[in-house]
Amino acid sequence: MTCACNGEKTDEKFFEPLYKVFEEYETDEKNLIPVLQNAQDAYGYLPEEVLKEISSYMKIPLCKVYGVVTFYTQFHLEPRGDNIIRVCMGTACHVRGAGDVYDVIQEELGINDGETTEDLKFTLERVACIGACGLAPVIMVNDNTHGRLTPDKTREVLDTYR
Amino acid sequence: MKSLEELKEIRDKYRDEIQIRKKDSGKEHIHKAHVMVCTGTGCVSSGARDVVDEFNEELGSRNLKDEVKVVGTGCHGLCERGPLVIVYPEGTFYSEITRDDVAEIVEEHIIDGEIVERLLYEDKSGKKIAGYSDIDFYKQQKRIALKNCGKIDPESIEEYFAEGGYEALGKVINELSPGEVIEMVKDSGLRGRGGGGFPTGLKWSFAAEAPGDKKYVICNADEGDPGAFMDRSVLEGDPHGIIEGMVISAYAIGADEGYIYVRAEYPLAVKRLKKAIKDAEEYGILGDNIYGSDFSFKLHVKEGAGAFVCGEETALMESIEGNRGMPTPRPPYPATKGLWGKPTNINNVETLVNVPYIILEGPEKFAEVGTEGSKGTKVFALTGKVNNTGLVEIAMGTTLREIIFDIGGGVQGGKEFKAVQTGGPSGGCVPKEHLDLSIDYESLLDVGAMMGSGGMVVMDEDTCMVDVARFFLDFTQSESCGKCTPCRIGTKRMLQILERITQGDGQEGDIDLLLELGDRIKETSLCGLGQTAPNPVLSTIKFFRDEYEAHINDNVCPTGSCDDLALPYWIDKDICIGCTACVNECPVDAISGERKEPHVIDEDVCISCGACAEICPVDAIFQK
Repeated sequence: MTCACNGEKTDEKFFEPLYKVFEEYETDEKNLIPVLQNAQDAYGYLPEEVLKEISSYMKIPLCKVYGVVTFYTQFHLEPRGDNIIRVCMGTACHVRGAGDVYDVIQEELGINDGETTEDLKFTLERVACIGACGLAPVIMVNDNTHGRLTPDKTREVLDTYR
Repeated sequence: MKSLEELKEIRDKYRDEIQIRKKDSGKEHIHKAHVMVCTGTGCVSSGARDVVDEFNEELGSRNLKDEVKVVGTGCHGLCERGPLVIVYPEGTFYSEITRDDVAEIVEEHIIDGEIVERLLYEDKSGKKIAGYSDIDFYKQQKRIALKNCGKIDPESIEEYFAEGGYEALGKVINELSPGEVIEMVKDSGLRGRGGGGFPTGLKWSFAAEAPGDKKYVICNADEGDPGAFMDRSVLEGDPHGIIEGMVISAYAIGADEGYIYVRAEYPLAVKRLKKAIKDAEEYGILGDNIYGSDFSFKLHVKEGAGAFVCGEETALMESIEGNRGMPTPRPPYPATKGLWGKPTNINNVETLVNVPYIILEGPEKFAEVGTEGSKGTKVFALTGKVNNTGLVEIAMGTTLREIIFDIGGGVQGGKEFKAVQTGGPSGGCVPKEHLDLSIDYESLLDVGAMMGSGGMVVMDEDTCMVDVARFFLDFTQSESCGKCTPCRIGTKRMLQILERITQGDGQEGDIDLLLELGDRIKETSLCGLGQTAPNPVLSTIKFFRDEYEAHINDNVCPTGSCDDLALPYWIDKDICIGCTACVNECPVDAISGERKEPHVIDEDVCISCGACAEICPVDAIFQK
């Protein structure tokens, strides 16, 4: 991802999206998680500078902000791909061949769990359960659910996002 | 909305509009037909949105838009056959509908009045069934919690009114004291559907009696169990049902503010809940002076951030407060010291959605269904190696066999039933000798399983039970918040042992060690996650000890699913026709032989993937 601020991550322009998020929330501790969620939506991930800014704006110690960010799996400290592939490893998917589906994606993209392709096109994640067990095995690409997958069908799905 | 009378006026108006969906309503319909397309997550991922668009386009181009109403509904339950379409007034049930089928339904069914045979649901025997309620899958279900799912447009509060929605709330506020509401819930015998099964009325009375000027109610919609999606379906299919249940509980305990804590992985549920809250506020059902009374209630949606442990009530409250979602010791219980230290009542989605029914129909009617100790119905997410996967609501006391074989249509591919896993990572595996077990809280606990939230995963003869245990431990171990040692280190140790066993490095004494660790972790963990984490291991050892022993003593995985222990394949040369199909399929070139001559597999090269056996046209390839 290229930074719009020419590498100068402390200037106003870089923080503009974050300040928009602040406008919507009171600086109450209970809003820390929604603020982080919205900040991540705006930046794609949570850069260190953003965490520091949140800490000083909301008057919450940085160690606490960092503690919350690292506790929840939804938050990411590294840049992510344009397309997030979540492979469901839930029980139903597991017994219906989720392992094969995962292997195909790993092979096709050349990345492992939690990694992002070098061109920042795809991020691959194993997740516990998507909650669409009736369609097992299932993957989610961004907000779209693809079910009843076979290795061949998985390749077809990947192609539509390339 | 200022009064119950006003609600009834609105209800009657919209009730006329949806009369067409009731059989033999005998009324003149405003629309000539209603087309209900399931837009639950399952059907959407099979293309339901395209089907809705196509119906709108097709009807538009034929100028039928004023006469035929297209409704996107919540989950109908039979996810396996989605997208599902039901056409009223006939109630004809079409399954696996694609965009290309739509024109035919409009032309033949809606215009000519002929049922499109080709698209009807086909049962096991190949018989086509037209009527929604005549299908085996639905016939034996009893719908209370899911009564609106699939019946109404979840994004229309008016359709919820038409089904009698918010009448229970009106009755509560106008006619009943908080104490009377709690008594009704107690009398109904409703127990928490989130897993533990604590009596709901009793829980409410604790929060009501707790001293405090400010109280909260929370709906726990953080459904994270692998293999469970009933809360999701209720959230997506009947959001107002949950809101109504919450406002009633708030009235009963004296709360004026509430939170719905929902998984961020359920974007459709979040969207529909937010719309439902906005619509309810506009009608004056949420907010200040509900139904013109002095009772006020404000409701928020709080999205989770991806932590399984937040389904545990004390962790969930930490998360709402903006902290790491780590559980705290109980007591104090949330009823006395909950969110921000105030008395708080937390109920699961399914528990709450039962409440309006209890108030409106009376606790006796609710208590008529079910068993002595477990009243009402329970929704299960039936998945795994079963023919009809989907959402099933049955009366408590139904047997596992009835669910899996009568409703679920039996095991896929004619394989042998081996076990059913209930209750997710907190539950256990129930083997076939207990198939006639009545489903209620106690009898499941008796066999080492658990109701849990209601996931039900069917396993066939090909499923390795040691691997299943490893799978769940892997899950709970990575989801442990790490606060207490037994859970953090104990489950890690158990997982390491299970990994060793499935890799062929099992040692004598491993089974005893697992049993001992399991018991200790259950006794000493801080919260429900650790206290139940060993259950899948303990129950599989109890019922499938021989499989563990085969792994450890004989270095064999009897089902062949543990890769490191899988048996090599061989070709029966009397059957082999030398077609070379297997040669092309083998990923490691382990198969050799002349065309039209019997082939052989090199055991040292074979990785036991089984691809050859699958492709062989004459079934000549076997495992040793």
